[in-house]
Amino acid sequence: MTSIKPTEKLRTRDVIAAAKKNEKFGKIIPHLLLAVTSVTVLATFGIIYTLLKETFIFFQEVKITDFIFGTEWAPFSNADQAFGVLPLITGTLKIAGVALLIGVPFGLACAIFLSEYATPKIKKFIKPIIELLAGIPTIVYGFFALTVVTPWLQSFIPQLKLFNALSAGIVVGIMILPMIISLSEDALSAVPASFREGSYALGSTRFETAIKVVFPAAISGIAASIILAASRAVGETMIVSLAAGSTPVFNMDFTGSIQTMTSYIVQVATGDAGYGTTIYYSIYAVGFMLFLFTFLMNRAALYIKTKFREEY
Amino acid sequence: MTTTLVRPTEDAKLRVMKNENWTKAVYETNGLNLWYGTAHALKNIDLSINEKEVTAIIGPSGCGKSTYLKTLNRMVENVGDVTISGNVTFMGNNILGKAMSVELLRSKVGMVFQKPNPFPKSIYENVAYGPKIHGIRNKAMLDMIVEDSLRKAALWDEVKDRLNKSAYSLSGGQQQRLCIARCLAVDPEVILMDEPTSALDPVSTHKVEELIRTIKNDVTIAIVTHNMQQAARISDRTAFFLNGEIVECDRTSTLFSTPTDERTEDYINGRFG
Ligand SMILES: Nc1ncnc2c1ncn2[C@@H]1O[C@H](COP(=O)(O)OP(=O)(O)OP(=O)(O)O)[C@@H](O)[C@H]1O
Ligand SMILES: [Mg+2]
Repeated sequence: MTSIKPTEKLRTRDVIAAAKKNEKFGKIIPHLLLAVTSVTVLATFGIIYTLLKETFIFFQEVKITDFIFGTEWAPFSNADQAFGVLPLITGTLKIAGVALLIGVPFGLACAIFLSEYATPKIKKFIKPIIELLAGIPTIVYGFFALTVVTPWLQSFIPQLKLFNALSAGIVVGIMILPMIISLSEDALSAVPASFREGSYALGSTRFETAIKVVFPAAISGIAASIILAASRAVGETMIVSLAAGSTPVFNMDFTGSIQTMTSYIVQVATGDAGYGTTIYYSIYAVGFMLFLFTFLMNRAALYIKTKFREEY
Repeated sequence: MTTTLVRPTEDAKLRVMKNENWTKAVYETNGLNLWYGTAHALKNIDLSINEKEVTAIIGPSGCGKSTYLKTLNRMVENVGDVTISGNVTFMGNNILGKAMSVELLRSKVGMVFQKPNPFPKSIYENVAYGPKIHGIRNKAMLDMIVEDSLRKAALWDEVKDRLNKSAYSLSGGQQQRLCIARCLAVDPEVILMDEPTSALDPVSTHKVEELIRTIKNDVTIAIVTHNMQQAARISDRTAFFLNGEIVECDRTSTLFSTPTDERTEDYINGRFG
C-alpha cells in the first residue's frame, strides 16, 4: 500500500506506477500451490500402491480365478477356507439394485417436480429439506434401517430376517436420493427455457413438455447422476454393516442376511485377524475390487456427461 | 407439390372452436389492458386480426408488441405476475376466460420466436412433435405431415436427405424455417411471429418473407417486426404501437403513404424509436 494519492498534478497512472507490489511473494505462490497439489497426487498414488501391493500378495496365496469366479466366501472356516468373491459382489449388487429401484424413480420425480413445476417459493421450502437428508450421517441411516424400516417391513413380509438386504437397500436408496435429485435437477434446469416455450406454443402440457422435451434434452446429465448414485450405493458401508448382516451368500434372496464388499472389510478390520494372514490380505483384494467398481462407474458417468452432451 | 395431404376429415376440435358469432376477424381484441406487476404494459388495445391476412405490428422497443402477441396464445401468463382485463376472442371464443383450454388454443395458434428454438431432436422429430402431442400416431400420416410442412416452409429440398440429423446441424436461417414447419405441422389457423427474421441474414430473411407470402393463402399471420420495409413488403394491415397503446391501425399501403397520426409518420420515417 502506498500513501500517495492522486492530486491535480498526480494522475492515477502515476500513483499506480509508484505503488510497490510485493513481487517476490507473487512468484512463490505457484510453487506453494504446486507443492500442496503434489501432496494430494502423492496421497492418491500412495493409497493405490498399498492397495495393489497387498492385493498382489493375496493373489500369491489365492488363485485369481478362484477369487473372481468362486461362489463361496468362507474366510473364517478352518476346514474349507474359500475366497470366491461372487457372494460379496451379489450382496453389493442387491443393495445397489434395491437402492436404485427406490432412488431413481423417486429422485427423478422430485427433480422434475422441482425444475418444471415448483414455484420459487415451494423450491425454497423443499431444497433445504433435501439438503438436510444429504447431511444425515450414514450411521443414523443404518439404525433407522435396523430399528424402523425392518420392523415395518416385517409387518407385511413375515419371513424377513432382522438383518436383510431389502431394508438396507431401501435405506441406501433414500440416502442416494439427494444426490440424484440435485444432480438431475441441475441437468433439467440447464435446459434452455426456449425449448419449453417452443413446446408450450405447440399446445403441449407441462407434463408432455417435461417428459418429451426437457427430460431428453437433459438425459446425459441425468444418466451421469444415476451412475454416480449407483457408485455411492456400491461403496456404502455403514448402513449395510448395521442392517444387512454379514452372511456371504450367493443367491437371489433379498429377505435374508447378506454381506457386501464393504461390510466384509469392516468385519475384518474391526475383528482380530492377524497381520500377514490370508484374511488380512483379502480385505485389500476386496477393497481393490470395490475400487475398480466405483472407479469405472465414475469414469462412465464423466464419459456420458461429456460425450453425449446435447449440442445446443 | 407431389403429395396431397389427407388430414383427418372430421376436425371436431376446430368445430368446437368456431363459435357461431365468428365472422371475418380471427382475433377480436376489445379494451385489452395488461399489467406486469404494477407496470401497465398494454393500454386499452382494440384490434382485429383478419383471416388470411398478414397483420404487421410495429413500434419502438418496449411498446408492448411482444406482450400483445403473447397474449393472443396466452404464453404471457408464463412469466408469473400478470394481470389482464378486457376482451380477446379467437374465432368468436373468449380466450381469456377460465373455460378456455390453452392447449387447444395453442394447437390452433402457432408461434415463431425471435431466436430459432428447434428442439434438440432430429429434423423429422421436430416437425412431428406437434402432431404426435395432439394424438397422431400413424407413421405414414406423420411422414406425410412432415414432408408437407417442410415443403410449405421451403425447407424440404435442403433437408430431405438428412431428416434424421440433429436440427442443430442446420444454419440459423434453416432452423427458423424448421420452426415455421414445426408450427405448420399442427395445421394452425394463425401463426404469431415475433421478429422472426431479426436474427437472420438478408438471404434467409428473404426466404422467410417468401414463405410468409405463400402460406398466407392458408393461414392468418400476425408478425412483429422492427423492419419497416419488411412490414410494407409482406403485410396487408399494420398496427402501430406506442407505449402500450395502439396509435393507428390501417391497411399497410394507407398507413405507410398517408398516416393520420403525426407520431406514426415520425416513426415510419425513422424520426424516433
Ligand atoms: N416478464 C416481464 N416482466 C415485467 N415487465 C415486462 C416483462 N416483459 C416485458 N415487460 C415490460 O413490458 C413492456 C413491453 O414489453 P414487450 O416485450 O412487449 O416490448 P416489445 O414492444 O416487444 O419490445 P421489443 O421491440 O424490444 O421486443 C416493456 O416495458 C417491458 O419492460
Ligand atoms: Mg419484443
